[in-house]
Amino acid sequence: MIKTLLVANRGEIACRVMRTASRLGLETVAVYSDADADALHVRHADRAVRIGPPVAASSYLDIDAVMGAVAATGADAVHPGYGFLSENAEFADACADVGCIFVGPSSSAIRAMGSKIEAKHLVMDAGTPVVPGYLGEDQDPEVLSEKAQELGFPLLIKASAGGGGRGMRRVDDAESFGAALDGARREATAAFGDDRVLLERLIQQPKHIEVQVLGDSHGNMVYLFERDCSTQRRHQKVVEEAPAPTVSDALRATMGEAAVRAARAIDYVGAGTVEFIMEGEDFYFMEMNTRLQVEHPVTEAILGLDLVELQLQVAAGEPLPFVQEDLRIDGHAIEVRIYAENPKRNFLPSSGKLHRVAWPGDVRVDAGVETGSDVPVHYDPMMAKIIAYAPERSAAITALRRALHRTEIVGVEHNVGYLANILAHPEFASGTYTTGLTADAAASLTPADDPMPLLLAVASLVAVPAGAGPWENADGFQLNLPHTQRLRMRRNRQNFEVRVTRSGGGVYRVESPDGAADVGEIVLGDRRIEARVDGEPARASVYSIGANVFIVRDGATERIELQSVAVGDFQSIANPQGNIAAPMPGSISAVAVAAGDRVKAGQTLMVLEAMKMEHNIVAPGDGKVTTVNVAPGDRVDEGTELLVLED
Amino acid sequence: MAILRSTIDTEDPSFKDNAEHNRASSGALRDLAGRIALGGDERSRNRHIGRGKLLPRDRVNGLLDSGSPFLEIGQLGGHQLYDDEIPSGGIITGIGRVEGKECMVVANDATVKGGTYYPVTVKKHLRAQEIALENHLPCVYLVDSGGAFLPLQADVFPDREHFGRIFYNQANLSAAGIPQIAVVMGSCTAGGAYVPAMCDVAIIVQNQGTIFLGGPPLVKAATGEEVDAESLGGGDVHTRVSGVADLLAANDEHALALARETVAASHLHYRCTVDVAESREPAYPAEELYGILPPDSRTPYDVREVIARIVDASDFHEFKALYGETIVCGFARISGIPVAILANNGILFSESALKAAHFIQLADRRGVPLVFLQNITGFMVGRRYENEGIAKDGAKMVTAVACARVPKFTVMIGGSFGAGNYAMCGRAYGGRMLWTWPNSRISVMGGEQAAHVLATVQGDSMAARGNDWPAPERDAFMAGIRDQYEHEGHPYFASARLWDDGVIDPVDTRRVLGLALTVATRELEVQPGRFGVFRM
Repeated sequence: MIKTLLVANRGEIACRVMRTASRLGLETVAVYSDADADALHVRHADRAVRIGPPVAASSYLDIDAVMGAVAATGADAVHPGYGFLSENAEFADACADVGCIFVGPSSSAIRAMGSKIEAKHLVMDAGTPVVPGYLGEDQDPEVLSEKAQELGFPLLIKASAGGGGRGMRRVDDAESFGAALDGARREATAAFGDDRVLLERLIQQPKHIEVQVLGDSHGNMVYLFERDCSTQRRHQKVVEEAPAPTVSDALRATMGEAAVRAARAIDYVGAGTVEFIMEGEDFYFMEMNTRLQVEHPVTEAILGLDLVELQLQVAAGEPLPFVQEDLRIDGHAIEVRIYAENPKRNFLPSSGKLHRVAWPGDVRVDAGVETGSDVPVHYDPMMAKIIAYAPERSAAITALRRALHRTEIVGVEHNVGYLANILAHPEFASGTYTTGLTADAAASLTPADDPMPLLLAVASLVAVPAGAGPWENADGFQLNLPHTQRLRMRRNRQNFEVRVTRSGGGVYRVESPDGAADVGEIVLGDRRIEARVDGEPARASVYSIGANVFIVRDGATERIELQSVAVGDFQSIANPQGNIAAPMPGSISAVAVAAGDRVKAGQTLMVLEAMKMEHNIVAPGDGKVTTVNVAPGDRVDEGTELLVLED
Repeated sequence: MAILRSTIDTEDPSFKDNAEHNRASSGALRDLAGRIALGGDERSRNRHIGRGKLLPRDRVNGLLDSGSPFLEIGQLGGHQLYDDEIPSGGIITGIGRVEGKECMVVANDATVKGGTYYPVTVKKHLRAQEIALENHLPCVYLVDSGGAFLPLQADVFPDREHFGRIFYNQANLSAAGIPQIAVVMGSCTAGGAYVPAMCDVAIIVQNQGTIFLGGPPLVKAATGEEVDAESLGGGDVHTRVSGVADLLAANDEHALALARETVAASHLHYRCTVDVAESREPAYPAEELYGILPPDSRTPYDVREVIARIVDASDFHEFKALYGETIVCGFARISGIPVAILANNGILFSESALKAAHFIQLADRRGVPLVFLQNITGFMVGRRYENEGIAKDGAKMVTAVACARVPKFTVMIGGSFGAGNYAMCGRAYGGRMLWTWPNSRISVMGGEQAAHVLATVQGDSMAARGNDWPAPERDAFMAGIRDQYEHEGHPYFASARLWDDGVIDPVDTRRVLGLALTVATRELEVQPGRFGVFRM
């Protein structure tokens, strides 16, 4: 029996694993990097061990560091969560070497599925269909290019060792193949330490359907039905549901059995996921994830199971408590992933302190953060998952939308409003959506620039009760002239001016670049604001933090900054040519230009890696590079001047 | 607690008539102020903006903290004073907050006659400096002026209270430790060059601000040298070469940001001279003042109705209520600041004057600022009163007013006639600030009395020569006098000449007094120097 479980992970999954472990009476051990010393998962654990500095390679990805924590705490089992070391065969071996249970499959199973190429050969042999492609060992760029030509475009380049979309590139024509290959390899090396790639025909209207499997060490293997994870953005899943709305019972059984065959081919033990790409009724094996998936809660919800509990039982050598025929789908579950990212800025990751986190009731929330938590720059920006469950799919959608509308996250940019828009999209409602949904509907999904948050923010600023003295009351008082207050504000990286004029009767005329509106009947509570805007009632949560006003409406948080013009704002005037600053903190992974180079608008100048993603720094216009201030490997802060361009 | 009880019936027809009349007056005042606030004509303004410059009121706004009150001084200065329309006298002056510190802002309006100094412009500038000196307010000069208005140079240049006094004041303000900050956002030619040069800190906008004793045309005429304005005295020259200015700004906004930083970096520290309590709103709404004030200043009403709508919680500790009833005296607070109020409630008699003199001494001993609510036709006349020596009793009151050292404020809420003006702290009595209501009238005597006096004198003179003066001619003569007094006694006429600091809407009285009292009841904690700061 397991007594002490070390969770070699962080964030929501570490918290979620510990929750089950604690319920089962296990002692829990957290590991943490310096960036996570105060993190939620550390506080959830019975014990916690520091394993290194913030950079993941020296902490959560450092096998020796984690094994050190295992030794120090005498943990008899390790749950790897997902990501980090969860699919690292050497880590599984290291656990086995010290007699510690690795809650997951054998290292051989991990290795078998770890290489996409090997995995495809395996499952093909087991009779599971795979997407046409090139899985060869010959990784010579010339060879890959030839194979690509044979396969035809569009196609995908994928990291052989990859997952989660990292190291993946879509290639539409032969000309861009070379650059895409370089990028994929660079990302693959950074993410997995392995630059091997495979090529695959791109299926144009695919659904991403995956089957959860569970095997024990007694030769039992079941499938826990499928999940539809087609709602992806740049190959990152954002909404998942179970069961898949377009999979018939017959197809469900066929896919389930195919998944079980694939898993059996490698004597799989534990929880795993077989991912298929599906078009119409055709499905092809893509890969198998030899770990617990992020989206496992939707499967738990429709089956009334606790997959972590089952993982622990199987890992302890117990047989599965059920057989395939015992399993019945009951109801429908949908999960959304809440990321710290900015939908209005091409989903740039966001980091910082969470001033306020309030989760909705009546739904399952697996969160790795709470009010006061930091979202560090070093790790995946997922903060939490919300899972709604209802007897019918439509009711689950409604419940989840309501839950998102009641979510309040203040402090970092997030995608709650974006997720709510996905759930409201007719194509999502129909269930027939494909992985193209988020790209095709991007314009309607990105939260619109609604003037209401600005108006409410302005109202919260001007309706502040009069100060102690006649001078402190900042109402713009003037003799015999309208009391007009000019507010310099910033929203969505745009500076603008708002003029607020008192019209009498507690009504304020607010003029902004969005137009004019009358805001009256302002009631400002502790964290709430209510007002009448052009006669219509409006309400929101409002948080004033420093110079920022955060307005939270229907889950979407809008940050509006009250600006004072400072001398520092003008320094660039002395240097009006384009100096290009880092859009976020990170490290420089490549520099493509040198001083003296002429560049064209849109040309990639350098590559910044932050939050495990690559970001191209592109030229804002045609020009000449005069200075390059950074070199590959440099760490930069947001705002660091990277290079200077002149016309 | 002595809460004043209002006996006003807001349903009374006369209340409604009064309200309609006074609201119309305030509306007219706002309309006029709105037109004046535009500054120069549209063409001038467009040209100004076209040069990348902010309009002067936008400059003031950009200088001040967001939402800061702006207590404008002399808003109607220059109104219908010259053949040319000179809105705000071509210069915007007032008190506003910069980085949390109240400052005197003096902004030339280059859209009005190129920002040149008319006599009233000089008078406004000097008045602003006077207020700054008395109230220890840092001065920020937003300079954009072509210097003296040459056609009127004789009324602008030479006298004691003319152009040169601006620089005299700057030196002495600086010596008193009151920061002098110039932001050169346009021309500063000839004498005007001394505004930045005399300042503790001068900021100049690149390719826009110029400072020189003689501009390019004068240089060419004088020496034959041909030089452009920027290389003669532009921002780069003065911040890099001459040292006439200290900080270089890229544009108006930048310059204002630098000015704000300069104020913040002045590290001013004040000590409050009175005990300030928590501010409480009056028990009665200020808007009711409209219904209280009779359109004709001769119609009596109880001035306590006005006090009840100005002071904190309508709480008024009245002094000698039973004696000399035609003047109401008492202590109260406005925005928490203690004040000693004197308000006319009829004509001044000997007792009223003695009571007032007594009360002013009390306030002065206790360091409580005086607030005069002036509505006075004058001292009582007639044999009995003269024989009783009303002149010497009046003199006691005038002496008390003149010599009181506490800050004095006057609001002309009705008539301001004759010696009543002096006794109730008229402009000549060194009050910190003075405002008028739109219904007020000011003259040496009432128009009606003047008409009668002058008609009597004229009639007697004609009778002495044996001439007859037909009644219609006499009536026309008197009507002419009445019209003249009405015109010259009107608050707009008065304010255009800066006999006051502004015409205010009665409902703003409490706020205006609160703003002014705040800056008047503190001292700057600073070691004054013997000299102003010398520019090195």
